[in-house]
Amino acid sequence: MMRGLTQRALFWPCFTLVLLIALNAFVNPGFLSLSWRDGHLYGSLIDILNRAAPLALVSTGMTLVIAARGLDISVGAVVAIAAAVAAVLIGGSLDLTGGESPTRFPMWFALVAALGIALLCGLWNGALVVGVGMQPIIATLILMVAGRGIAQLITGGQILTIYHPPFSYLGNGFLAGLPFAAVLAAAVIVLTHCALTLTPLGLYVRAIGINPIAARIAGVKARPITLALYGFCGLMAGVAGLIISSNVRSADANNAGQLLELDAILAVTLGGTALTGGKFSLAGTALGALIIQTLTSTIYSLGVPPEVNLVFKAALIFSVMLLQSPEFRASVLRIATRPAD
Amino acid sequence: MPAPATTLLGLDRRLVPLSATLVLFVALIVFGAASYDSFLAPQVFLNLAIDNAFLCIVAVGMTFVILTGGIDLSVGSVLALTTMAAAALTERAGWSPWLVMPLLVVGGGAFGAAQGFLIHRYRLQPFIVTLAGMFVARGLCYLIDTESIPINDPAFVSLAQARIPVGGGNTLSSGAAFAIAIVLFSLWLAHATRFGRTVYAIGGSAKSAALMGLPVGSTLIRVYALSGACAALAGLVMSIYMLSGYSLHAVGLELDAIAAVVIGGTLLTGGVGYIAGTVVGVLILGIIQTLVIFNGTLSSWWTRIVIGILLFLFCLSQRLIEGKAEKK
Repeated sequence: MMRGLTQRALFWPCFTLVLLIALNAFVNPGFLSLSWRDGHLYGSLIDILNRAAPLALVSTGMTLVIAARGLDISVGAVVAIAAAVAAVLIGGSLDLTGGESPTRFPMWFALVAALGIALLCGLWNGALVVGVGMQPIIATLILMVAGRGIAQLITGGQILTIYHPPFSYLGNGFLAGLPFAAVLAAAVIVLTHCALTLTPLGLYVRAIGINPIAARIAGVKARPITLALYGFCGLMAGVAGLIISSNVRSADANNAGQLLELDAILAVTLGGTALTGGKFSLAGTALGALIIQTLTSTIYSLGVPPEVNLVFKAALIFSVMLLQSPEFRASVLRIATRPAD
Repeated sequence: MPAPATTLLGLDRRLVPLSATLVLFVALIVFGAASYDSFLAPQVFLNLAIDNAFLCIVAVGMTFVILTGGIDLSVGSVLALTTMAAAALTERAGWSPWLVMPLLVVGGGAFGAAQGFLIHRYRLQPFIVTLAGMFVARGLCYLIDTESIPINDPAFVSLAQARIPVGGGNTLSSGAAFAIAIVLFSLWLAHATRFGRTVYAIGGSAKSAALMGLPVGSTLIRVYALSGACAALAGLVMSIYMLSGYSLHAVGLELDAIAAVVIGGTLLTGGVGYIAGTVVGVLILGIIQTLVIFNGTLSSWWTRIVIGILLFLFCLSQRLIEGKAEKK
C-alpha cells in the first residue's frame, strides 16, 4: 500500500510541498491562517500563490520544451524583453492630479505587442533548433546572451517605471478574492493540460521526446510541433514578464527574470519531468513552482539570509537528480541489500 | 586572409572555424585601426590581455570540458567563491597568502572533480550538475558575507602593483603573465599528452574511447577538476585585479567563457577544437569591448548584442560545416 503510494508520479513533489508547509506552520503559527480583507483573501499561502505565478507559467512552457527533448535557457532574457516592450509602449509619467495617467499607446496594444515579441523570441529559438539543427542549449544561449542587451536597448539602459494604474492589476490585482496572477497561471495550466489530453498533441509531444526520428517516421509532424512548443515557451515567458513588471510597476532590463531559467528547470525536474524527454507532468511542474516559492518563504521565515536559498535549491537539485538516476538507485540498492558482515 | 578557392576547400574541415575566427580577429583590428588613431598602440593590446586574463583562464578550462562534449556552468560562481574565500582567509582569519593561494586552487579542483564524479558515475547531465554546482558556490559566497571584502594583504597588493616590462615602456600585469603561462601549459596538455588525446577521443565518441581501452571515467573527472582549478586560478587573478572579494563578482562569466570557446571554433558537440582558438575567441570578445569603449557613444549593452550575433553566426556556420560533412 505504502509502496504503491510512493511510486505514484506526484507523490514526492506533493510530499515535499506538504513537508515545507508543515515546517513553516511549525515555525510560524500564523502561516496557515487565511483572512478576508478588502474584498480578497489574505495570508502567507495566498502570497505564495501570487509570487509563484510567473515561475509556474514559465515552467509550464519549459515542461513542454523539455518533454520534446529540448531546453530553453533564454526565458529570463525574454522576460526582460517583454517587460521592456510593455514599459516603453505604455510609457506615461507620474500624474499627481489623481486622474488616469496618459499612456503612449493603449494598454491592450502594449500587452499584445509585448506578448507578440515574446512569441517571436520563442519562435526564433525554435527555428534555430528545428530549422538550423543547433543543440537546444546553444540555440537558446544566443538569445540568453543577446536578450538582456536587447532589453537594455529598448529601455535605454534605464529602469522604467510604469505609472499607468490599470497595468498594476496584472501582478497585484485580485479576481474573485484570489490573486489575478495565480488565477491566470492556473487557467493557463488547465487549458494547456486540456489541449494536451483532449487532442493527440500530448501523445505527439511524448513521442517526439522518446524518439524524434521514430516519431517523424510514424507520421508525427515533429518539426512544426517542436517549433510551436518553443513559441509557446517564449509566450509564457512573455506573460511572466508582464506579471513581474506589473508587480513592481517597473521594467528592469538587467534584473527582471534573473536566473529564472534555472528556477524553471528546477521546477520542471522537481515535478518529475525527465530531462531526457518523453515523460512529463504539468501538475508536477505547478507543484515544483510552488515548492520553490514556499522554500523561499521558508528561508525568510527562518531568518536565514535569503541569498543562502541558492544552497538549498542546489541541495534539492542534487537529491532529485540522484533519485532520478538509475545508476544511483542501483548502487543504493546494492548497499542496502548487502549482507552485514 | 584571401586564400585561393581551391586551398580553402582543401583546408582541413576542422580548421575552417578556426580560420574564420582568425579572419574576424584581424578584420576587427583593421576596422579599429582605420577608425581610431591610437588603436594600434601596443598598450591597447597588452590591456586586452590584462583586462581579460581571468576570462582567458576560465575559457581555457572550459575548452577541455566542451571538447569532451560537456559543459561547466559553475565556473563564474567558483571564481566568485575563490575571491570571497581569499579575502576572508587572508583578511579575517589572518592566514598566510602563500598558503591560501595553492589551497584555493586545490579546492576549486576538488569542487570540479566532485561534479565530474557525479556526471560520470551516475550518468547525470553535465548541464544540470554544474548548474547545481553554480548554485552551491554562489550560495557559499553569501554564507561568507553578502558584502564586498576589501583585500589589503601586502602580498596581494604587491602582486596587483607588479608590472612586467615588455619593452618600449609597455607593461603586463601579473595576472596577464599568469594567463599566458596557463595558455602555454594547456597547449602542451591538449596537444602533447595522453590526457589531451583522450579528451579529444571522448568528445569524438565516449563509447568508442571506452572500447579502445581509454580511461574515460578518470579523464572526465580530471577534465572537470581542471576546469574547477582554472576557475579558482582565475578567481585569484581577479582578487589581485580587483583587490576585493565579492559574491557578485563574475556573474554570467560562464556565458562569456562559452561564447569565447564557440567563437574560437570549438564544436559544442565535442571532439573538435583548439585551445589557441579559444584564446583568439577571448581576444575577440575583448576587442569588441575595446571598440565599444573607443567609440564612446555606444552604450555598453551593444557588447552583449554583438556577442550574441557572433555566437549566432558561428553556430550557424558550424552547423553548415557539419551538414556538409554528413552529406559527404
